[in-house]
Amino acid sequence: MEPRTVLLRENHEHERLDYRGFRDRLADHLAWSRRLLSCFGTPDPETPGGPPLFNAIVLGDRGLEMFVGRGNAGDEFPSLTVQFPQMHCFEREIHEQFGLPFPGHPWLKPIRFEGLKRGRMDDYPFYQLGGKEVHEVGVGPIHAGVIEPGHFRFMCYGETVHHLEIHLGYQHRGAESLLVKTPPRKLPPLVESIAGDTAVAHVVAFCRAWEALCGMPARPEVETIRGIAVELERIAMHLVGVGGLATDVAFLPGSSTYGRLRTSLINLSMRLCGSRFGRSWFRPGELRHPFGSTQKDDVRNTLQSVQRDIATINDLFRKSRSVRHRLETTGTVPTALAKDIGLVGMAGRASGLPCDLRHELPSGVYQTHSIPMVTEPAGDCLARGLVRIREMDDSLAWILRVIETLPDVDADPPARLTPRANHCAVSFEEGWRGEVMHAIRTDAEGRIAHYKVQDPSLRNWFGLAQAVRGNAIYDFPICNKSFDLSYCGNDL
Amino acid sequence: MIPLLEALRVRGSQGKQYIANLRQANPVGFRGLPVIDSTPCAEGCTACVDECPTDAIQLAPFRLDLGRCVFCDECARICPQKKVAFSAGYRLAARTRDGLVMREGTSSLSAVEANARIQKLFGRSLKLRSVSAGGCNGCELEINATANVNFDSGRYGIDIVASPRHADGLILSGPITQNMAAALELCYEGMPDPKVVIAVGTCAISGGVFEPSPALDRSFINRFTPELYVAGCPAHPLSIVNGILDLLGQVG
Repeated sequence: MEPRTVLLRENHEHERLDYRGFRDRLADHLAWSRRLLSCFGTPDPETPGGPPLFNAIVLGDRGLEMFVGRGNAGDEFPSLTVQFPQMHCFEREIHEQFGLPFPGHPWLKPIRFEGLKRGRMDDYPFYQLGGKEVHEVGVGPIHAGVIEPGHFRFMCYGETVHHLEIHLGYQHRGAESLLVKTPPRKLPPLVESIAGDTAVAHVVAFCRAWEALCGMPARPEVETIRGIAVELERIAMHLVGVGGLATDVAFLPGSSTYGRLRTSLINLSMRLCGSRFGRSWFRPGELRHPFGSTQKDDVRNTLQSVQRDIATINDLFRKSRSVRHRLETTGTVPTALAKDIGLVGMAGRASGLPCDLRHELPSGVYQTHSIPMVTEPAGDCLARGLVRIREMDDSLAWILRVIETLPDVDADPPARLTPRANHCAVSFEEGWRGEVMHAIRTDAEGRIAHYKVQDPSLRNWFGLAQAVRGNAIYDFPICNKSFDLSYCGNDL
Repeated sequence: MIPLLEALRVRGSQGKQYIANLRQANPVGFRGLPVIDSTPCAEGCTACVDECPTDAIQLAPFRLDLGRCVFCDECARICPQKKVAFSAGYRLAARTRDGLVMREGTSSLSAVEANARIQKLFGRSLKLRSVSAGGCNGCELEINATANVNFDSGRYGIDIVASPRHADGLILSGPITQNMAAALELCYEGMPDPKVVIAVGTCAISGGVFEPSPALDRSFINRFTPELYVAGCPAHPLSIVNGILDLLGQVG
């Protein structure tokens, strides 16, 4: 049997456990080191305003597996975070959205100041470091560069950071509640704006979930083009990310060269679909732009023309002693810690974790054309840079290979898809940062009843907090850039 | 020695990357300025209005508000009369909110007129502080790109600076979340007078796809009217730089 890459279930079909049963089963999975992909709450349609349904999605032998727990008013749900630290963000999110107390959670702090907490940005319960000679440094929400807002509070002794708290939420736009209210035909531009630097991976995950709900999986050649688009996005964002690292360590050849190489890549995107960020390229059931010999030639020529220059600058970056000096052993997250706190995506791989859904659960074109999984053992800023450097090389070679197998594909006319009532679909896409999840649940009339989005940033921000411990405060910008996380992807 | 040679090799491969004339660039494939045909709509047809995700279109007479448009192409695809088509035009800036509304039979926005006061103050040097207030990182990446080796806005004296204290103006992106509203205003207040506000991207201009969300607080933009609006989702670096050059009365 093929592993399940998109999960589609009738709502009542889910195994319904009580909280205790759900918690035990989740703990079993975690104790056996199975990959927990997501855990989130859904309002229980049978008890509006009451305790939520708990959903857990794990990666099992047969692909995606989901189990659901239902609570009763007054049920306790003792926190799993002390035992399994990777649960911390999921429990915090459910706490913020549904008010569950999770007794025993060591830091049940707001994750994005949504709902009742909205607007109360001054209320973050920071830890404090005691002692006469320690001091705190607060940075943000507005930073020196052109980046999204977030607040960082460093607790320092001298220049050494003992603890960093990351206080997010400034970007909270209410995306998840809008996704429920918006008519399905008008969803894609909203989905593409959840994290605009990952527009393609988000919209592809959405398309797969929606197509599953509507019983209309995309044609294989459309899946191939989606894969090409996701990899183009990966190369472009890796270029801008490594370019940012180069800027932050004052390695100017990298700073300027990576920038212009990215321009070539995103301008290719623009010729293929009209947008430098791949917007409006894909819609459920629709390929918006033809992909024929003209486009293939363009992709081939553009990629071949940048391939050598990318290799040259990567080589220089890797060999440069000043780069290595600043990045090596800076901001280290060791493998065991990375696993404990549930790092995902490229940051996880840079800490030696083999987490890449293109491998663990290949969907679409990755089933027929595999792409190497890149890991680095060191877990420091250099490792995160190297993973990105190696991945851009691999993605370039992969696209050039895949494109040779692709027949000419015409654009589709506008498609009208109707979702099944009372179903739930969950799909993942390995974007450049890591795994992106879209989970959509329909009600008895086939309307969207609940929409859950998960950007890898939700889980990885805590990795950054851990990475800077014991480092000097002036290395924070490098650490932050090396993780390159999304603020709005967390804040939703 | 060898790294030096390699650095020279990189420098050699770099060549000259800047766009020589930003006023007459050609962004091939860009889905930018819509061109609206004067063909009358089919009787009773509301297809484009129904499809538009941000209510950017009004009928009788036909109006397309680029301050709301996300350039998703839905209207052009659905219109049976092919009344709307998106071109590669990147002159997508206006001095007023109403200046972003395209009407029937128009093929461009009114040119951005230089403001004599702003020209005198900032014509040769405009330092901007970027604030993202709920921006998805699309406009932020494009604002950053204006300073890269391709667009190189620094050659015109237009720079993004690290502190509001150094800034002549605010370049605003994002729909302005309630959680960011106070910080945005503090940043603006921290800038020395005289100062300008430039709204970049559909979200900043109208709230864009997030406009219906109760998690926004857009009072800032109502109280501090921007001197320049740059449409786009995200705004293209060419739109941003050209809009600012026009505002400053620079030939470029």
